[in-house]
Amino acid sequence: MSQNSSTLPRWIDIGLIPILNVAMALLVSGLIILLIGESPLEAVQIMIQGALGYDEGIGYTLYYTTNFVFTGLAVAVAFHAGLFNIGGEGQAYIGGLGVGLFLLLADDSLSPILLLPVGIIAAGLFGAAWAAIPAYLQAYRGSHIVITTIMFNFIASALMVYLMVNVLIKPGQMSPESRVFLDTAHLPFAHEIFAWMGIKIARSPLNISIIWAAICCIGLWLFVWRTRWGYAIRSVGFNEKAAVYAGITPAKTIMLAMFISGALAGFVGVNEIMGVHHKLLLNYTAGYGFTGIAVSLMGRNHPFGIILASLLFGVLYQGGAELAFEVPTITRELVVVIQGLVILFSGALAYMSTPWIEWAYGALSRRQSSAGQGEG
Amino acid sequence: MTGTMENDGKKRGPGDENSPAASPSAIKLTDISKSFGPVRANDSVNMEIHAGTIHGIIGENGAGKSTLMSILYGFYEADRGTIEVDGKTVKITSSQAAISVGIGMVHQHFMLIDTFTVLENIILGAETSALLVAGLEEARVKLQALEDEYGLNVDLNVLTGDLPVGEQQRVEILKALYRDARILILDEPTGVLTPQETAQLFKILKALNREGVTIVLITHKLKEIMTITDNVSVMRAGQMVAHRKTANTSAEELAELMVGRKIINEIEKSTGQRGQPALKVEGLTVKSAGAVPLIDDLSFEVCAGEIVGIAGVSGNGQSELLEVLSGIRPFDTGKIFLNGRDVSPQHLCDPKEVRGLKIAHVPEDRHRLGMVTNFSAQESSILGYQDAAVYNSGPFLDLPTINRECRRLMEGFDVRPRLPEIRSANMSGGNQQKLILAREIDKGPEVLLVGQPTRGVDIGAIEFIHGQLIELRKQGCAVLMVSVELDEVMKLSDRILVMFDGRIVAEVAGNKADEKMLGLMMANAHSQLAQAETNA
Repeated sequence: MSQNSSTLPRWIDIGLIPILNVAMALLVSGLIILLIGESPLEAVQIMIQGALGYDEGIGYTLYYTTNFVFTGLAVAVAFHAGLFNIGGEGQAYIGGLGVGLFLLLADDSLSPILLLPVGIIAAGLFGAAWAAIPAYLQAYRGSHIVITTIMFNFIASALMVYLMVNVLIKPGQMSPESRVFLDTAHLPFAHEIFAWMGIKIARSPLNISIIWAAICCIGLWLFVWRTRWGYAIRSVGFNEKAAVYAGITPAKTIMLAMFISGALAGFVGVNEIMGVHHKLLLNYTAGYGFTGIAVSLMGRNHPFGIILASLLFGVLYQGGAELAFEVPTITRELVVVIQGLVILFSGALAYMSTPWIEWAYGALSRRQSSAGQGEG
Repeated sequence: MTGTMENDGKKRGPGDENSPAASPSAIKLTDISKSFGPVRANDSVNMEIHAGTIHGIIGENGAGKSTLMSILYGFYEADRGTIEVDGKTVKITSSQAAISVGIGMVHQHFMLIDTFTVLENIILGAETSALLVAGLEEARVKLQALEDEYGLNVDLNVLTGDLPVGEQQRVEILKALYRDARILILDEPTGVLTPQETAQLFKILKALNREGVTIVLITHKLKEIMTITDNVSVMRAGQMVAHRKTANTSAEELAELMVGRKIINEIEKSTGQRGQPALKVEGLTVKSAGAVPLIDDLSFEVCAGEIVGIAGVSGNGQSELLEVLSGIRPFDTGKIFLNGRDVSPQHLCDPKEVRGLKIAHVPEDRHRLGMVTNFSAQESSILGYQDAAVYNSGPFLDLPTINRECRRLMEGFDVRPRLPEIRSANMSGGNQQKLILAREIDKGPEVLLVGQPTRGVDIGAIEFIHGQLIELRKQGCAVLMVSVELDEVMKLSDRILVMFDGRIVAEVAGNKADEKMLGLMMANAHSQLAQAETNA
């Protein structure tokens, strides 16, 4: 009876509340834009126009969305096992290293048809391996996974700098980047595919990774809610003692969930390294791993919600860049503030409005039921 | 509703010394309503508690007793209605507000910090000065006076965690009195006590009552109401259905009022066909991390077609025993036999293996172990059997089958509502328990381990669950039951084993046991008595 959020119907919990949260974030953002003397309405218009108004903008928005889907799903699957995987950033980074190393080694020797599936596997395995270490420490040694995954982000970052500067750098250049992969190892861009079909659209980083992201969404949904392994993961996440009672081993389940989580985060590397940059370089994860936390929270750890939340953040990223470009007084930093507000309201303060909505819903349903009784 | 009392013709006789008719009301609730979403937990509740009386509130689980008291203690705010304390209308919005009008509460689950001393626990939240030391001394003086006045003996200097449960409860009472409570609410205070401790508690309550403290006792145990209260109010489904003067009512009438229909308390217990020993335990020892034996060299057997009840005060190794036998917890030494076969190696901490041996387990704490409250009922209905071929097709769970099977279990065990999709948490305790029992019994176990089969379950469901256990016994299943409800143990068991400090200290036949005898055994006092007798 006293348990919150269980009294509300699902459509409010996963529909109305997130929308309200974003609305509140935009309201506060609007006030800030007002304060610096610009028109909030105009800013919103520029953002939406920039993100969704023309084909290049849409391409960029969907490219960002792809990354957020991967990192959002990664956070979600860990969350279902009761784990807070903050290490998406590092896992994505190492996932990129995986696919990059593979392509550097094999782009000339392996059949191009095999490059994509094996590249995906390489990214997934590397990301999973990177997540497996904190997972092992949590499952068998009791080190808290929040702490270890954060630390592994730093280790991943340092490792990448070392590798790029000392090992993988293409000889004879200053910037720490590897050689460019052969053309056959590039994932087709969306504009290339459309060109084959005779439709001309503007160039953007959007590539076929987005299809893989969609497959991951469906796959993860099936896995979590339709298989016994997903059942085990959710049992451990909700009630570890009951899971033990049911003969489920929490340690193994934690390993499994984190392995999948790390692999999903690692797929960011497929999009970035194989899809966009076509070479190994530094800092291509650009905070996608961290934003994935907000995406997952906002999407209520459900693939469908994560797709919507990823789209929203894609719009924010792309539209925000456009906004900073169009309106000189709204700087890049202010755009980050707006993004931060959305993350704050939909992530950290996600349940702030719940008591009010519960109260309102309770009052409404009481009125309805007493009206019903009045008639009867 | 106060009117009902008079209409019932149950007005106090003038000769009643405890509750003179003129005694003013300490608490008067008028038209209290509280809803959680669409659920009406309290529906226009009216009640009057007279100053200086012991007032019982009785009702099944989920009848709204706890909600009502939470409103009175400021945890919830009522949607409607007024609260009067000592004739003045008050608004109680927090527990501080409740304390300031003189209401104290002893919760079912104690709100004590184990690593604090008794004194520190009592003044927690009521420190009188910035520096702790001065306040502590001041409190000590006041508490000493209170202890003397009411005969509540608790050592103020010991660590609270070291005290037995009964004394911890006294600390809670002292805590309320220290805050000048004149109205003391006790929520299911006897759930964790031995019969002797209960008697002790009632003595204290009587003493407090003599000194003018008004006592409100919330319970679902009819016997307690009959023993100690002056007046009793009965709740059912969020409504106050009756007020009675205890002297003018009977346990039967109250039970009927609580449930809303007649209760058949006697179950027909056909003599079972006692067969071969199905489960046999030899020299079982389980040690805690600190090498303290939790179960100490335990040996017993349970035969097919027999119910063996384990009685004992909580925390004497019963929970650990169930956990070991069901494979959740490893054991250090000893042997476990199933139908004469040594299954000790398989038993080493693998609940899945144990299930495969046809040992089913209805755990003591269904929220903690027996189900996942966030799961749908149908998901909870396969917990422990999620890997079974019947529930899976290929890599996927076979949801249509799971749904159908869950519906079948629900029908067989009268689980309501019959909605496999309902969230497990949204079912009542009785229905949750029935679903778990259905899940475990349906697999045709040879041994059923069952802990607290009817804890937090309403009377109607208790009847049903007891019937199922008896039925299972008739079919030749060996049932090992752990329960703190002595009535239940005595009613169902063919043999009763009493556990104390990890050992079995006594065994009695079910039909020879009585409460007093078991109580002494549970406190391990009978052997000393017997010894004293032989010495004499």
